[in-house]
Amino acid sequence: MQPQTTTHVRPADAGALAMDPKRSFQGLILTLQRFWAEQGCVILQPYDMEVGAGTFHPATTLRSLGSKPWKAAYVQPSRRPKDGRYGENPNRLQHYYQFQVILKPSPPDLQDLYLRSLAAIGVDAALHDIRFVEDDWESPTLGAWGLGWECWCDGMEVSQFTYFQQVAGIECSPVSGELTYGLERLAMYVQGVENVYDLNFNGLEGPDKITYGDVFLQAEQEYSRHNFEHADTDRLFRHFKDAETECRKLLDAGDAGERHLMVLPAYDQCIKASHMFNLLDARGVISVTERQSYILRVRELAKACGAAWLKTEAGGMSGGTK
Amino acid sequence: MPDLLFEIFSEEIPARMQGQATEDLKKLVTQALVDRGLTYEGAAAFATPRRLALHIAGLPARQPDLREEKKGPRVGAPDAAVQGFLKSAGLTSLDQATIEKDPKKGEFYVAVIERPGRATQDVLAEVLPGVLRTFPWPKSMRWGAASARSDALRWVRPLHSIVATFGPETEEPEIIRFSLDGIEACDTTYGHRFLSPGAIKVRRFDDYAPALEKAKVVLDPARRKEIILHDARDLAFAQGLELVEDEALLTEVAGLVEWPVALLGSFDEAFLDIPPEVIRATIRANQKCFVLRHRDGGALSNKFILVSNIAATDGGKAIAAGNGRVVRARLSDALYFWETDRKPLPDYADKAEKPLDQRLEKLKAMNIVFHEKLGTQAERVQRITALARDLAPMVGADPEKAARAAQLCKADLMTEVVGEFPETQGLMGRRYAELQGEDTDVAAAIEEHYKPQGPGDRVPTNAVSVAVALADKLDTLVGFWAIDEKPTGSKDPYALRRAALGVIRLVLENNLRLRLLPTFARAAQLVVNVRSEVPASKTTDADLLAFFADRLKVYLRDKGARHDLIDAVFALEGQDDLLMIVRRVEALGAFLATEDGANLLAGYKRAANILRAEEKKDKNARFDDAYAGASDAPDAERTLATAVAAATKAAAENVAREDFEGAMRALAHLRAPVDTFFDDVTVNDEDPAKRLNRLRLLSAFRQAVHTVADFSKIGG
Repeated sequence: MQPQTTTHVRPADAGALAMDPKRSFQGLILTLQRFWAEQGCVILQPYDMEVGAGTFHPATTLRSLGSKPWKAAYVQPSRRPKDGRYGENPNRLQHYYQFQVILKPSPPDLQDLYLRSLAAIGVDAALHDIRFVEDDWESPTLGAWGLGWECWCDGMEVSQFTYFQQVAGIECSPVSGELTYGLERLAMYVQGVENVYDLNFNGLEGPDKITYGDVFLQAEQEYSRHNFEHADTDRLFRHFKDAETECRKLLDAGDAGERHLMVLPAYDQCIKASHMFNLLDARGVISVTERQSYILRVRELAKACGAAWLKTEAGGMSGGTK
Repeated sequence: MPDLLFEIFSEEIPARMQGQATEDLKKLVTQALVDRGLTYEGAAAFATPRRLALHIAGLPARQPDLREEKKGPRVGAPDAAVQGFLKSAGLTSLDQATIEKDPKKGEFYVAVIERPGRATQDVLAEVLPGVLRTFPWPKSMRWGAASARSDALRWVRPLHSIVATFGPETEEPEIIRFSLDGIEACDTTYGHRFLSPGAIKVRRFDDYAPALEKAKVVLDPARRKEIILHDARDLAFAQGLELVEDEALLTEVAGLVEWPVALLGSFDEAFLDIPPEVIRATIRANQKCFVLRHRDGGALSNKFILVSNIAATDGGKAIAAGNGRVVRARLSDALYFWETDRKPLPDYADKAEKPLDQRLEKLKAMNIVFHEKLGTQAERVQRITALARDLAPMVGADPEKAARAAQLCKADLMTEVVGEFPETQGLMGRRYAELQGEDTDVAAAIEEHYKPQGPGDRVPTNAVSVAVALADKLDTLVGFWAIDEKPTGSKDPYALRRAALGVIRLVLENNLRLRLLPTFARAAQLVVNVRSEVPASKTTDADLLAFFADRLKVYLRDKGARHDLIDAVFALEGQDDLLMIVRRVEALGAFLATEDGANLLAGYKRAANILRAEEKKDKNARFDDAYAGASDAPDAERTLATAVAAATKAAAENVAREDFEGAMRALAHLRAPVDTFFDDVTVNDEDPAKRLNRLRLLSAFRQAVHTVADFSKIGG
């Protein structure tokens, strides 16, 4: 089923405008959610912690491990403190949205599904040049890698498409397909807007119109100040260490031999450590050599969590947790 | 004769891997067929983003029949041997074997095994899946439900279908029956993903390629390149512009499309303020588009060529507009970087006055590590600066200018443009230096200190550039030698061979006099000054010098010099002046080409062999004491003694004057006396005193020759 498009919307029909993927940012999100729901995905809500990318959500990282089939889609606010530009750059944000789809095992028609999702949000493949350009994805902090592409629409990268081969240092068996849509970029493209802050958020016009800038400009300015100038680095170093220690503690405490009973709380601490590292990196207090060792420390946590996940029911262990 | 058509249809194959993959596919299949007795008339392989295809023409329909005779045990051999023979020959009883006679061995069994050739089709059904299972992709992957098994098929990206047909021109070809992880070989392929996605039934290569073309797929990458190049030139020409050609980019772009359509895009002229190298890098690396320039002065234009994979329903307007927008966004980033780099850095404004100096301050403050054991980039800059200042007088450069250039040479690593486009390092440093009013030699040296990058790269001649380029490379070499991270085999992660070759070329091509050992010592001292934990030692210096000798040999060999002559010169104590080494090698080569030279070498070898034999007999034997003149000595002996004394003196004087031809001429006088000595005098005299004295004379002769080179290293 195709979502509504502008052709059959009456100007007065504010509800339809608000839902139109070509007119509103929220419409784009709603259309993608609906499309992937129709493909049998569970539509999750964002994970309630600061993460650098949708991949960090346990629904991707942990669920891509083990043999249990899994299909999910969700929006994930992503924070990259270093990319902040005080709201002055039309393309760069320290907080932005990713739309994440994870399908395990990867279905044979994943490329077609992806192209159909683009059609659903109004990208016409007879008019636009859609391309799959090699991009080997790797997340050193998650100990993960996969092969796939950047998906280009008329020269613009609008999504990443990856077949996970390894996550948390563990071979994926079976392989999951991961799609990540850069929502702001995609919206800028379909709305024909050159500055992210000019995106129409709610699809309305005149006094009722809310732009992306109305929602996020102030936040970008404030967080840029925080990330680059004021984040207390001593505290961040301390928090990094605390999260690392806590993660290890929880993994030890939850270890019941054949089974593991506390992976998710431990993994939260791994996410936290990763975010602390990103903030420290933005403050420019981590030298190149130290950088490597911090990445390695987070990776060790991720690996330990992944190994523990395999000892749980959702990690494919049968018989249920006690 | 029948043809094979083989196509592997998959999701998008990375452009950079397509060329090698076609080579591999052709090689692996044809090799496997030839190994099985199937020769062919011709083979060609092709790639598009979604398929690899192979056409083999003129294969026989069957393998040739094979008749093999297998010798067995002699008649009456133990049962175990007979049974083994029967088993290996595939016989059930000895009745099936024949008996032959041999004069030595007597009667023995022979099995005649006749293997009728198999149908080529059956051989292909075995070979093709084998090739796919073991295909040498640089990186391959698993996918889908099958990936739960550890033996799942691996391919570069998910593989969807396989076409494999075989048959003669006149008949309907047959499908080669095999299946691979559930994919059955068939005769169906697919057209362009968007323009003609339907299934296509194919018979053989002759109808396959045209059918694909009709379905908007140009199979041959060379043709796609031609189309792109031709259309791009036309579009440029129509605008009064010319294409900036770029073979690597063209190959890559041809690997990204099945149906190339060149389109013209443009960006705001205001962006042309950005240095052209940066515009080109931006458009090329990020967008895979070609830039255009004006036909007159060659200045960059604000138009560019993009290559689309579809013929769009609006003639490509939306695609060109979309690409234009992305290029504009990229260029506004680049413009922002270019402007930011020329402005003061607020956090460092109090530490230095000019923008590039402020970047240097940032480089220092950031503690960016060059190498864990060799310290930070800032420390390295400090060392290069000191070394460049020291080297300046030796290369005819102003020490202050050399020091200034060295100080700024890495500052551009902190600029935004270089951060985004590392390939513009050096060049951007020069631009920013010029803009802040640095001396032209200083600015040039900032760019040129990275040179020469390889054997084909230009060697700077500007003295300031030479000083900094030498300092940069010598610091690297001495540093990595001190921490024992030398190149091994094919591994040279820090490009140290290239650095040494760079030093050699800088010195030789600029005719510079530079003693390497004291320079190493100075560079090592600078490393120790900032990194006290790094050990400095004489042995590393000698080892590094030997590394230079190896590199010099490679360099001179490429120029046609004999490596044994280089060894002969390097074997002398303290040879560390590259220019003098090369002069000496040249003089030596010229001398040995003369009759005097060749004969002297023969005399030397004879003398050296005698001495070596004596030294071998008695390890304590020493012959380097002075020859004692004796009145009863034969004429030939006395003449040689006089000649050796004179030649030793003359050769040493000439060497001291760096007149190597003169030194060789002095040695040439020894030829006649040496020949006469060996004709007239027996070294191995019964009188041990005479014998010893004559050996000492030969030793003195050897020493005289060694004034110019160690002749024992010379071959032939």
